[in-house]
Amino acid sequence: MWETVIGLEVHVELSTKSKIFCSCSTAFGGEPNTQCCPVCMGMPGTLPVFNKQVLEYAAKAAIALHCEISRTTVFDRKNYFYPDLPKAYQISQLYSPIGRNGYMEIEVDGETKRIGIHEMHMEEDAGKLIHSEFDNETYPDYNRCGVPLIEIVSEPDFRSAKEVVAYLEKLKSMCEYLGISDCKMQEGSMRADVNLSVRKKGDTAFGVRTETKNVNSFRAIEHAIEFETARQIDILESGGTVKQETRHWNEDRRTGVAMRSKENAQDYRYFPDPDLPPVVLSEEYIEQLTSSLPELSEVRRARFTQEYALSDYAAGRLTASKALADLFENTVKLCNEPKETANWLIECLPKALDDAGVAFEDADISFETFAEFIGAIRSKTINKNVGMKVLAAMVKEGSSFDLKGYIEKNGMAMIDDTDMIRAAVKKVLAENQKSVEEYRAGKTKVLGFLIGQVMRSLGGKANPASVNAVMAEELNG
Amino acid sequence: MTAVELGRAISRKEIKPEEALGAVYGSIAEKDKSVNAYISLSREQAEAQLRAGGAEGGLLRGVPVSVKDNICTKGVLTSCASRILSNYIPVYDATAVAKVKSAGMPIVGKLNMDEFAMGSTSETSYYGSVKNPNDLTRVPGGSSGGAAAAVAAGEAICALGSDTGGSIRQPASYCGVTGFKPTYGYVSRYGLIAYASSLDQIGPIAKDVADCAAIMDVISGHDAHDSTSLNIEHPSYYGSLTGEIRGKRIGIPEECFGEGVDEDVKAAVLACGKTLEGLGAELVPVRLPFMKYVVPTYYIIATAEASSNLSRFDGVKYGFRAENVDSIDDLYIETRSQGFGKEVQRRILLGTFVLSSGYYNAYYKKALLLKRKIIEGFAGAFAACDAILCPTAPTTAPKLGESLNDSMKMYLSDIFTVSVNLAGLPGLSVPCGKDGNGLPVGAQLIGAAGHDADVLNIGHAFQLATSFHKRKTR
Repeated sequence: MWETVIGLEVHVELSTKSKIFCSCSTAFGGEPNTQCCPVCMGMPGTLPVFNKQVLEYAAKAAIALHCEISRTTVFDRKNYFYPDLPKAYQISQLYSPIGRNGYMEIEVDGETKRIGIHEMHMEEDAGKLIHSEFDNETYPDYNRCGVPLIEIVSEPDFRSAKEVVAYLEKLKSMCEYLGISDCKMQEGSMRADVNLSVRKKGDTAFGVRTETKNVNSFRAIEHAIEFETARQIDILESGGTVKQETRHWNEDRRTGVAMRSKENAQDYRYFPDPDLPPVVLSEEYIEQLTSSLPELSEVRRARFTQEYALSDYAAGRLTASKALADLFENTVKLCNEPKETANWLIECLPKALDDAGVAFEDADISFETFAEFIGAIRSKTINKNVGMKVLAAMVKEGSSFDLKGYIEKNGMAMIDDTDMIRAAVKKVLAENQKSVEEYRAGKTKVLGFLIGQVMRSLGGKANPASVNAVMAEELNG
Repeated sequence: MTAVELGRAISRKEIKPEEALGAVYGSIAEKDKSVNAYISLSREQAEAQLRAGGAEGGLLRGVPVSVKDNICTKGVLTSCASRILSNYIPVYDATAVAKVKSAGMPIVGKLNMDEFAMGSTSETSYYGSVKNPNDLTRVPGGSSGGAAAAVAAGEAICALGSDTGGSIRQPASYCGVTGFKPTYGYVSRYGLIAYASSLDQIGPIAKDVADCAAIMDVISGHDAHDSTSLNIEHPSYYGSLTGEIRGKRIGIPEECFGEGVDEDVKAAVLACGKTLEGLGAELVPVRLPFMKYVVPTYYIIATAEASSNLSRFDGVKYGFRAENVDSIDDLYIETRSQGFGKEVQRRILLGTFVLSSGYYNAYYKKALLLKRKIIEGFAGAFAACDAILCPTAPTTAPKLGESLNDSMKMYLSDIFTVSVNLAGLPGLSVPCGKDGNGLPVGAQLIGAAGHDADVLNIGHAFQLATSFHKRKTR
């Protein structure tokens, strides 16, 4: 009888080499305060200069999100005091953000749903505070100050955690396709704040919402939504009212705590930053960006079903990640085996990655090797069984993996010598007279057992089709 | 001796740069106890700079220059005359400072001013009031009061000031020296500790227009570090000083010669107009109908920007930090309460108020609309004239302490200068006479945006024909 209503504010760190208003590096994980200069540290007298690469990345995102693009976009100052914010204001956008009124389509349980994008803007990141256990003091690290971000503010269009996760996954894929961010939640390059309220099903008015911050993984988002929904329903069902407030999520304890209420909300005193002239986006510039956008996942998915005769499901799985789809296409170009390639990438690769504890992005699989691998399967150089082992090794060794050498070294080449197989079959049948009798009496189930024995005796390397054929001859002949 | 004369003498090897620098320090030693124009001296660095040499042989090579204390100098205290930056030593040079250094001009020291350039009297400094060398019981004007007083007293050959609402021109007027505020975007603001970013501009204060033009040749130009700096070709301002102004139309706005303006001031400025007419210029009446809005518009925009610009002085990273605090909020409150003076706090509060939610539209947004009207109003006036002539300030220098307790009076004294900043125009103040008390009167020449060379040339023509700028101070 209750319905959850969710809107998201997602911060995505853009992967430009230098910061948004100075030339400092944006690399992650440097020693504290080694990647900053007088400008990003807000030293008196310094001035920001806008990095045009940020505009390109942000505009691409806004176009891909079907936003109306502001022809003149303006930076505003968001004023507040905090030790990680050296100027005591963040350069952001409020009055004329780069994009407005866009949308993104997501797919949940086979249904397509359109999520509205209220607005999308550019801003600079703040630094971070490091608490030292050693002397119980807090120290600011300004390396992250001025790292470029886009903030994507959705409409309150989500009704479940599933939809939220589908949206975030799609957003991550979009950024990957556009080449504008790596969207690593664990490194903070993609962060989501969850605005959530509940209402009785059928109500049109929204309930009082809370904003939950610090949700740092897809799993944490699911947990936080679950927790906050239950908390609000509890309050309402016991006759209370939900307080509009900002809450902090603690994933370790699986609980959220109130940070500040609306009465204590800050007045950010936004006003246009006089240090930065308005940024004008010409029609030519927008057109040029639009036409240079890479094929995004939906389009690619449709093309995959046609061009490679894949199922919609397979095409969807492959195109969700640009890198995976690229591996697929490059492999197929070399081996011309779309079905086989798709099957291995969808069904077997995730298991191999899981077993090796390697993320796909880090596996560094070369498409040449993968095409060679598919070729080996198709030419029956190795069978599927062995293929799994080879794949596991490939994932571990990355692009330096030597497929042929590995198969030879481990004696993995498939056995398809009929005489050799017949000898093995005969030996198994002789040793398992009882099973043979059962089979001949109609209990055909034992066939699997017998074939298994043959495969085992041949080290799992025999061609299963040949084993089947020889077994049939020997049993029935 | 003017800066250009000194530069010539140095290039002819009649004077050694070391001697010129030594003479300036001698004069400071003699007079600054009573004038208080300097906050700090950088003699070691200046001498080292001369020893290192290496500068190109420009007009002003070897000529000592003094710098207002809100312009960053690497390794030299830059306090903005505030307790909150009383220990702040920048790690970089402002672009204008780097430019004067590379022109071979040694930096004498840092000049006193109103705290964070907020004031019209140079009395709000943490380092004490500056005195007017013409009459030590009077203020030198502000906020670049130290710069104007130092030049007037012979404690500086020339100086870099900053002008947000008249802070170069008004003290130049009160002290009887020449001051120029360039078109917005002509001189880089990089390294100028911001008061109101959309209005601030660095400019020269010197003995005459020729010196101002020569300094403009050094400090003007596009700077990739300042997004508001204009990317244009600058003429040689010094080279544009022909002294020929025949046919120039000089606009006389009646709004600037009415009530509230001293009779002596009116008379001196109108006489300046007559002199220009005698040189072949044509005097034409123009209207500046927006005059009654300029002071409130200025104080809304300037304080709004200031409230944000000065937020970074929070005791966390540099500068003064309050002791004995037990929370981060306490640190902010105590540091800023103890570190900022009254006038600065007043303007921060005013600016915070006009930007706060619920008042933004009523004040800040409206002020921006008025700013646009003022720009359009000036454009209308410049359709009928090449430059506007008016008093720099309605009065001559008041007594010390007189306006400090009357903010409104002080704010209203900015009426003829602030509109120039709001519209981003070039404005020049030249001495044009004295009042009954023997105090200097300044005439202001305002040009259309980008007409800096024109304005300077008209002022130069006036100074070729008169000797007000040469009168010795008492």
